[in-house]
Amino acid sequence: MLTLRLYFAQRLTALIMAPLTLGHLAVMIYAVQGGLSVAEILARTQGSVAWFLFYGGFVVAVAVHAAIGLRVVVSEWLGVRGIALSVFSLVVLATLLLLGGRAVWAVTFAGGGL
Amino acid sequence: MIRPHRTHALWLAFILHRLSGIGLALFLPVHFYMLSLALTDPDQLDGFLAFTDLLLVKCAEFGLVFLLAVHMFGGLRLMALEFLPWSPRQKSYAATAVALAFFVSTGFFLQAV
Repeated sequence: MLTLRLYFAQRLTALIMAPLTLGHLAVMIYAVQGGLSVAEILARTQGSVAWFLFYGGFVVAVAVHAAIGLRVVVSEWLGVRGIALSVFSLVVLATLLLLGGRAVWAVTFAGGGL
Repeated sequence: MIRPHRTHALWLAFILHRLSGIGLALFLPVHFYMLSLALTDPDQLDGFLAFTDLLLVKCAEFGLVFLLAVHMFGGLRLMALEFLPWSPRQKSYAATAVALAFFVSTGFFLQAV
């Protein structure tokens, strides 16, 4: 049952991320022209609710997606099972949520933009 | 000796999807950490962004963009395979996913250099 739920969570987050990834690719190709700087990145993202929601949603989806994906890989290729597998998945999920959330916060509202 | 199934195009599509997924998952924590330097140490982040101007780093970025694009297009192919009626053109879809990823990452590279 858990496996089935993880399977659907994996597909659901993939569907959510498909348009977000296309958007991210477009932003990258646009933003990288002429080099990048902190000022340039912050000028685009700081204080923006839209970018906060875009990248915040992206982080949540990718954290779930990567945790499930890596869970499958370590299970199939390394033979990890049971509690160890669950702990591994949760550590990946928590790490990506924490680091990703901090990164989104850093470029949107951390500077007092809200 | 290479086992027979490992010469099949769709096995290559599977392994490309898996390896690109692992690569992206390993890259993400570093990506997030560097971005959060905008808050904690903007000068260090600017120093790092200047480092990314090197051609060698641009080539590495091309690889990363390719991984992201090929994982997305390959994932869409996979979901089409799972949720839509079977189509005999699976190999063409897999090849299309790689071609689109190459197109997108080359577009990125040309803008970056």
